Amino acid sequence: MSECPTELVYAETHEWARLDEDGNVLVGISDYAQDQLGDVVYVELPELDRSVGAAEEAGVVESVKAASDLYAPVTGTVVAVNDALEDAPELVNQDPYGDGWLFTIEPADESELDDLMDAETYADFCASGEDADVGDGDDLVDGDGLDESFDVDDD
Amino acid sequence: MPALSDVAGRTPLFDAHVRARARMVPFTGWEMPLHYGSQVAEHHAVRTDAGMFDVSHMSVTDVSGRGARAFLRHVVANDVARLASPGKALYGALLNEEGGVVDDVIVYRLPDRYRVVSNAGTRERVVPWLSNRAGAFEVALRERRDLAMLAVQGPQALGRFREATGRGEADGLGSFDACESGDWMIGRTGYTGEDGIEVLVPAEAAEALWESLLRAGVAPAGLGARDTLRLEAGLNLHGQDMDESVTPLESNMAWTVAWDPPERDFVGRAALEARRREAWREKLTGVVLEERGVLRRAMAVRTETDAGVLTSGAFSPTLGHGIGLARLPRSARGAVGIDVRGAARAGRIVRPPFVRHGKRVFK
Repeated sequence: MSECPTELVYAETHEWARLDEDGNVLVGISDYAQDQLGDVVYVELPELDRSVGAAEEAGVVESVKAASDLYAPVTGTVVAVNDALEDAPELVNQDPYGDGWLFTIEPADESELDDLMDAETYADFCASGEDADVGDGDDLVDGDGLDESFDVDDD
Repeated sequence: MPALSDVAGRTPLFDAHVRARARMVPFTGWEMPLHYGSQVAEHHAVRTDAGMFDVSHMSVTDVSGRGARAFLRHVVANDVARLASPGKALYGALLNEEGGVVDDVIVYRLPDRYRVVSNAGTRERVVPWLSNRAGAFEVALRERRDLAMLAVQGPQALGRFREATGRGEADGLGSFDACESGDWMIGRTGYTGEDGIEVLVPAEAAEALWESLLRAGVAPAGLGARDTLRLEAGLNLHGQDMDESVTPLESNMAWTVAWDPPERDFVGRAALEARRREAWREKLTGVVLEERGVLRRAMAVRTETDAGVLTSGAFSPTLGHGIGLARLPRSARGAVGIDVRGAARAGRIVRPPFVRHGKRVFK
């Protein structure tokens, strides 16, 4: 079973978010997400100072099997990105809640975090299978891995 | 009654995969291991040491009888007459009458019969396809669902196999040689671009062989690593890089067609010769991404003339960049633009393979 730290909140698109003491929101993808994706080989992060809206596409995480869009969990401005991922994208697999963080947003409205799920709700959400199954080996033969994002409906 | 495809087959190694913590996925009607934790680590294990794949889902058909050779010379576009003695194998294509690739196969010549190994995904097409053509020959076909097949691949594969089994027969085999050892068959063949063997054993012997290889340090490797390894090696995947809608000429497989002797009448020959004369327009070749990112199947490839498409794409764990196979205009050379998630990225046409024996080989 994948790990869901209780101090974080989670989006249906499998990003986690954490409000830090400096008022900024740290963003990554969940342990469940990295596990479903498999080995991450490439991460495209948003540009610094970019304004993003909640649930707006902000980058992409690509694993050996699929490309998954990243969504900003809250509205705000991108104030930091994890440059280490350029040379070591596997950090997303190895430490999704630590060194594998993705970017930091200066939020326009902290209360948007209340719209995200707590750890327990998110764990139930993952267990319920409401998200797309990204573990289907037929990707290898039918190319469904292309442009697959975490929040697509079951097909 | 459920559709056939809803009932996934299990190989004799299913329990072994579960014990090795495999992520099992449906694959062409089988429950197969995608990976055992890290696909990339499994890939590197095969390039640098030794890995093993359960390939028991593949189709194995034994062809015996006085007409076996004549039958195979008729149905395989490569010429089994080139197998000068028992213990030799070749790669070839089964073609339809239009010259399209029904499947790609390895044919082994054994002392008393031939053995044809074809793909899992084409089984329901290929098995009747062979039987339907067997009538005119004095030949018996026998599907070997009683066998399991393990591919042991990597620079240390032979040594570890010997250590695991006490069988040294593989050491004397050259590339595409094979031998029988009791009820086992060992072929110096594979789908990874590394040294290694493929071993066919009675189903009931598979698990013990797997466990002994594990103890000898051979890493279990899944379908994911199998795909990136074969792509780095420039090896086609049927149903993706070629199928019945294209001929070997457009699929980088012209070398597998034996045109001589001209009187050999193999299925698809007439159509293929016509195709050859009319100067076919497309080719299957390699593409590398010269920017960061990952190539995926179905991405559009722009050349100086017409556009083409990636038939396979991946991130190469060995090279650290995107690679793919693409069907492109035959005249295409040099730089291409690849449509990667809506952005044009710089790529270049190269002649596959990309990697052999652990090293980059393209220019």
